[in-house]
Amino acid sequence: MVSAATSRLEGVRGGSIDPGTVTVVLFLLGGAVFLLIGCLRSTTFAQLTIEGLAIGSVYGSLALALVLVYRATHVINFAQGELAMFTTYIAWDLMQHGLSYWPAFAATLAIAFALGTVLQVTLIRPVQHRSVIAVVIVTVGLFILIDGVVNWIWGGDFKLMKSPFGLGSFDVGGVPIRHLYVGMMVVVFVSVVLVWALFRFTKLGLGMRAAALRPDAAALVGVRVDSMLAIGWGLAAVLGAVAGLMAEPTQLFLTPVLMQQILVYAFAAAVLGGLESPAGALVGGLTIGVSLNLIVGYVPEKYVGSNLQLPLAFAVLLVILLVKPSGLFGRREVRRV
Amino acid sequence: MTALLELEDVEARYGPVHVLHGISLAVEEGSVVTVLGPNGAGKTTTLRAISGTVRRSGSIRFGGNALKRLGPDGVARLGIAHVPEGRGTFSELTVWENLRLGGYTRRGSIRPELERVFSYFPFLSERRRQQAGTLSGGEQQMLALARAFVLRPRLLLLDEPSLGLAPVLVAELFRIVRELNEKEGLTVLVVEQNAHLALQAADAGYVLEAGHVVLSGSSEELRADDSVRRSYLGY
Amino acid sequence: MRPKIPALTSLLVVAAVLVILPFILSDYNISLAAQVGIFFIAVLGLNILTGYTGQISIGHGAFMAIGGYTTAVMSRDHGTNLVVTMLMAFAICFVVGLLVGLPALRLSGVYLALVTFALAVSVPYIPLQYSTFLGGSGGVNVRDSQIPSNLWVYKAAWTSSAILFVLAWLILRGRVGRAFRAIRDSEIAAVSSGVELPVYKTLAFGISAAYAGVAGSLFVLALNGFAQPSEFDVFLSLQILVGAAVAGLGSLWGILVGAAFVGLLPQVSSSVPVIGAQHGRDVVFGAAVILIMLLLPDGFAGLLARIRRLGSA
Repeated sequence: MVSAATSRLEGVRGGSIDPGTVTVVLFLLGGAVFLLIGCLRSTTFAQLTIEGLAIGSVYGSLALALVLVYRATHVINFAQGELAMFTTYIAWDLMQHGLSYWPAFAATLAIAFALGTVLQVTLIRPVQHRSVIAVVIVTVGLFILIDGVVNWIWGGDFKLMKSPFGLGSFDVGGVPIRHLYVGMMVVVFVSVVLVWALFRFTKLGLGMRAAALRPDAAALVGVRVDSMLAIGWGLAAVLGAVAGLMAEPTQLFLTPVLMQQILVYAFAAAVLGGLESPAGALVGGLTIGVSLNLIVGYVPEKYVGSNLQLPLAFAVLLVILLVKPSGLFGRREVRRV
Repeated sequence: MTALLELEDVEARYGPVHVLHGISLAVEEGSVVTVLGPNGAGKTTTLRAISGTVRRSGSIRFGGNALKRLGPDGVARLGIAHVPEGRGTFSELTVWENLRLGGYTRRGSIRPELERVFSYFPFLSERRRQQAGTLSGGEQQMLALARAFVLRPRLLLLDEPSLGLAPVLVAELFRIVRELNEKEGLTVLVVEQNAHLALQAADAGYVLEAGHVVLSGSSEELRADDSVRRSYLGY
Repeated sequence: MRPKIPALTSLLVVAAVLVILPFILSDYNISLAAQVGIFFIAVLGLNILTGYTGQISIGHGAFMAIGGYTTAVMSRDHGTNLVVTMLMAFAICFVVGLLVGLPALRLSGVYLALVTFALAVSVPYIPLQYSTFLGGSGGVNVRDSQIPSNLWVYKAAWTSSAILFVLAWLILRGRVGRAFRAIRDSEIAAVSSGVELPVYKTLAFGISAAYAGVAGSLFVLALNGFAQPSEFDVFLSLQILVGAAVAGLGSLWGILVGAAFVGLLPQVSSSVPVIGAQHGRDVVFGAAVILIMLLLPDGFAGLLARIRRLGSA
């Protein structure tokens, strides 16, 4: 899964270094340095940055889900956000039935995995070989369906969901940093690392990577390609569930529109990082999260209000696709005529 | 003694185009058999029919049992390793990962096979952490062969291993195939354009033309055959 | 595949039905029929883009928004004649569509779907930001004196549908249409036979956006002249896409069925007993969409074609 990034490092020994990647890495390092200096000099800057990183990790998690699905099945799952929202409602429901947060969290992830695999097998497999439009429409239908189901089962009113991290803050050199933000980043980080480890170190993960890279060759060594794709969707659903569960505490209430905006940010992040690059998706998410938060925080409301965040993300998406379609870390080019 | 692999009246087509018109052949256990013929004769399709990569009708028996219509992954699990045209290696994965994939269907440790493979191909051990795509064509072909071996197959299907390789490398490759056959008891069915080298390494062969078997016999018989000499051996 | 030249009889039948309907339907049902007419225009426009040049857009709701706001703002500020605002919406959206079509040239398939989806989600936020001019979340109102009746909207919608359908038919049978079809079938072949890809692809975007713009004007007028960001959410774009998919390619009946599907089903399904509540509609709608894609890949037009083939076999 992270073979794209690691193999570029290995390329140092076995092949040529991609100059584009070096530029990007330098640019990111520069950005990180800029952020660090800013944080040290201004409390507001530090708070905005941490907040941006926290919400950016949510974007990154959902973006990673999108990339996983795309790499495995070459499909953009437009319903990824709604699926994440659905699993968040499931968690809420479990907690209403007496489960405390973390057991509910774990159970939700398991349910998400099952749901993801089932959806791939029942809905996507039959239309996979058909046109892009067909699959897009199926995921669009799924978007609508899930939204309807959630409204039907739980209604569209506001639900209160207890944040597992409470309302407290750490004091870091005089800067208050909410437990929530740290918690969000830690949970996403751990989830991502676990998924990464699965891909990198297990036989199953190797099989999945092989199935995504060259399904025909993978079948010849005995990999059940169809099952790998289903598992890929399952894992993506898990990452989406993490994104939804970590996004919810940032809102006042749980509502069905929880993930609709986040999906767009996740698209932008995935494209920014390169649709085939998992590392890129995460970095993209963090970048967008921090950038948007800083912009909205510092630029006066009348020029760029918080309402413009989404259109800005759209603009970013558009510009990236026009200028460097393979994203920051991607290798393949978007087909053009 | 029943052969390890028996094809009887196998037909195959790609959409409306019939490529195999009733192929029958047999591969004895422990032997090296080659399939020769011009381009488009259906040699590759024959291997694909065996590994389940293409739809076919007719009977295929492996180890005495009918080979059901399994997909390629099922066939691999039965112990048939297919090294396709173009090698089927994963250029984005490391050499080591490629080898490990060879053992995908195996339970238990693949250490012994890996060690054997490294003794045949020492360079694979040195370059194990490199991306497979950085290997040369010949090295990738060796990697493909090594990977197939890790599967511990009962039958190895080799598709045009000499394609795109310098003659020296091809000779080396066939030498190793022969060695694997003699030392490890590996049964090999190899499709080849280079009839000369193939017949040297093989015990028996079949000649395919336009989807039919036109000639078969031991490799000595084929080498002595006039039509084979004229069409495929060049003299 | 050429657009089916609708037999004169089917045209006449449709026209007759449309003329008679207002006399037999209740006012509420007339407004539903008007909705179908509005979606007819939007789906027709998207059909030209996706069906004929193969470019996917999940963002046509954004063009509807532009058209709708054009009408509302022009009425609010200048009391412009409503039909004139519709023409303005057509023109403005045509230009915007061309502008969107230009970068779209460099994107294909999935990427274009992504971008247009993002467009659809983002556009409703613009009136929120520029609330003085565009009314914020409260929206923009057409002048009280100009608010049309359901019957007016019905007539305007179907008259426009008829005009725009004929216009589409004229465009598609001519050189432009041939170019479009060539592009859909194979861009590479089209280029090598001299079709200037960028021109025609951009043109297709402009035309389909213009159609969506008119639909948007009517959409706002059907809502008692109220243009609000919440009315132009991403679901609208999804509905248009689904309508085009259900319609399939090229037949009048297909587009009618597609428009009826997205215009009526959400309303109808709210009375489904088990699911009942307003939100039940999305469940039925979503499920129906998925089932249709799984079972009827060529949409309704494909179904018709299959039936015709069976009939003539």
